[in-house]
Amino acid sequence: MPQEPTRSIALVIALTYLVAAVLFIVGLKLLSSPRTARRGNAIGALGMLLAIAATLLDQQIIGFRWILLGFAIGTAAGAWLALAVKMTAMPQMVALLNGFGGAASAIVAIAEYHLLLLDPAQRATDVVVSIMATTLIGALTFTGSMVAFAKLQELMPGKAITFPLQKALNFALLAAAVGVSAWLVVDFDMPTVFTALIVISLVVGVLLVIPIGGADMPVVISLLNSYSGMAGAAAGFVLHNNVLIISGALVGASGIILTQIMCRAMNRSLTNVLFGAFGATTTAAAGDGADRPGRTVRPEDAAVMLGYARSVVFVPGYGLAVAQAQHSVKELATLLEKRGVDVKYAIHPVAGRMPGHMNVLLAEADVPYDKLYEMDDINREFDRTDVALVIGANDVTNPAARTDPTSPLYGMPILDVDHAKSVIVIKRSMNPGFAGIENELYYNEKTAMLFGDAKKMLVAVAGEISKA
Amino acid sequence: MTEALLVALYIFVLAVFVGFEVIAKVPTLLHTPLMSGSNAISGIAVIGAILIAGRLATPYDKILGVAAVALATINVVGGFLVTDRMLRMFRRSPAERQSPAAPRHS
Repeated sequence: MPQEPTRSIALVIALTYLVAAVLFIVGLKLLSSPRTARRGNAIGALGMLLAIAATLLDQQIIGFRWILLGFAIGTAAGAWLALAVKMTAMPQMVALLNGFGGAASAIVAIAEYHLLLLDPAQRATDVVVSIMATTLIGALTFTGSMVAFAKLQELMPGKAITFPLQKALNFALLAAAVGVSAWLVVDFDMPTVFTALIVISLVVGVLLVIPIGGADMPVVISLLNSYSGMAGAAAGFVLHNNVLIISGALVGASGIILTQIMCRAMNRSLTNVLFGAFGATTTAAAGDGADRPGRTVRPEDAAVMLGYARSVVFVPGYGLAVAQAQHSVKELATLLEKRGVDVKYAIHPVAGRMPGHMNVLLAEADVPYDKLYEMDDINREFDRTDVALVIGANDVTNPAARTDPTSPLYGMPILDVDHAKSVIVIKRSMNPGFAGIENELYYNEKTAMLFGDAKKMLVAVAGEISKA
Repeated sequence: MTEALLVALYIFVLAVFVGFEVIAKVPTLLHTPLMSGSNAISGIAVIGAILIAGRLATPYDKILGVAAVALATINVVGGFLVTDRMLRMFRRSPAERQSPAAPRHS
C-alpha cells in the first residue's frame, strides 16, 4: 500500500476541513448584521462545498455512484423546496429541513452499527457510545421535526395534544432509551435491541412535540435545530471527524441561544414550554368578558385618525400573516408617508411564527428594515405616537402583562401600545388570542376596534385615505 | 480515554463556546435567516453520509447511504438557498436603495 500519498491526502483533507470550519464561524458571524448577512450565508455555503469536496478525496471511498445518486436527488429536492416555499411557510420549511438533517445523522450511526457488527476489532467504547447517542438524538430530531412540520402545515391539529400520564410515559421512554443504549455498550451484538433503540427514539420524538401548542412552535423549532446540530456533532464522534464535531457544536450552541431568547420574550422557562402544555390549560379561563362592549369604528373613521396623525406606529402580529396582508400594510404606509405622516413598525420578538419571522414577511412586502423597530426601541416612542395601529397582534400588546400579577402573561415583555395617544385595533372578532387571555387594551377608552379581515380593512382604510 | 477522544472533546467544548459567542448578539431582525442558515450548516451530516455511502457494500447499506446523502443534501441545498432568498429581500430605505453603488454610510 502506498503510504506517502495516502498520508498527504489525509493532511489535505484535514486542512480543508479546518478552512471549512473557519468559514462556518465567519459565515455565522456575518449573518448577525443585515448588511453582511447575505455574504455570510454564501461563505457558509462555500465552507460546505469545500468540506464536501475534501470528503470525496477520502481513501475509504471506493465507489461514487451511490454518492452521486444521493447528491442528485438531494440537490433537486432541496432547490425545489427552497424556491417554491412561501415566506409565511418558513417555520415549517426549517422544521422539515431540520428533520432531514437529523435523519441523515441517525442513518450514519445506524450504518456504522452494521459495519461494527461485522468488524468487532473496531469497537472502541467511545465510538459505540457515540453511535447510540447519534441514533437517539438524530431519530428523535427527525420525528419531532416532522410533527412540528405537520402541526405548522396544519396536516394535524396545532393545539396541544395531551393525555394522562404523558410526562411519566415520556420520562419512562427516555429512560428506556438510555437503558437500552447502556445494554448495547456492554453487549454490542444485539441487532434486535438496537432496532428497539431506533423505534423508542422515533416514538420519543413524536411524544415530545405533540403536547406543545401552536404558539410555542417557534421555541420547539429552535430547540430541534439545536438537536440536529448535536446529532451532527455526535456523528462526528462516531467517525472521528472534526469538522462534523465543530459544525454540529456551533449549530447546537446557536440553537440553544435562540431558544433562550425566545423563551425570555415569552416570559416562559424552557421546561414550562416543553412540559407546560400552555394552550391546553389556559383556554378554560377565557370568554367571560365577551359581552363587554369595546368602542367600534368604521374604516372611514380610522382613515381620518391615521390621515391626520403626525406619527403612526404599526404593530403587526401573526394575524397579519394569516390574512396575507403584508403588502396592504406596506401600501397604507406609503400612502400615509406621502401625506407626511411618520410611519414606524413595532416588531415584538415573537411576532409571527418563529423568531424574526415578521421581519422576513415585511421584507418580502418591500418594507425597508430600518423602519422596523425592536421592542425596547419602540417602547420609548409610544408616548410620542399619535396612533398605534395594531394589526392581528394580541397577547404581545396586553397591558395585563405589566399590571395584573394574576394574568398568565404577567411579566412578559410587551409593546406598550396603550401609551400612544390613541389605538386602533384591527381584529376579526372580540375572541381572545391564541393563549386564550382577555386583552384589557380592547376596553381602554383610547382604543377603537375595527372588526374585520386584516387585509380587507387595510385596503378599505387606504381607500378612504386616498379619497380624502 | 484515548488521546484522540480527548482532543475531540476539547474541540467540541470550545466550538460550543464559539457558537454561543457568535450568536449572542444577533438582532431579532435576522433570527429567522440565522436559524435557517445555521440549519443549513447542520447539514454537515452530509459528510458522514458520503463516507458511509462510498464504502459500504451490501444492498441494504447502499440504500441507507443513498438515503443519508439525499436527506443531508436537501438540508444543505434547501437551507442555504432559502436563506439567500430571504436575505435578498432585506433592504434599507428607498433613499439609499436608489444608489446601491454609493459607498456604504449610515
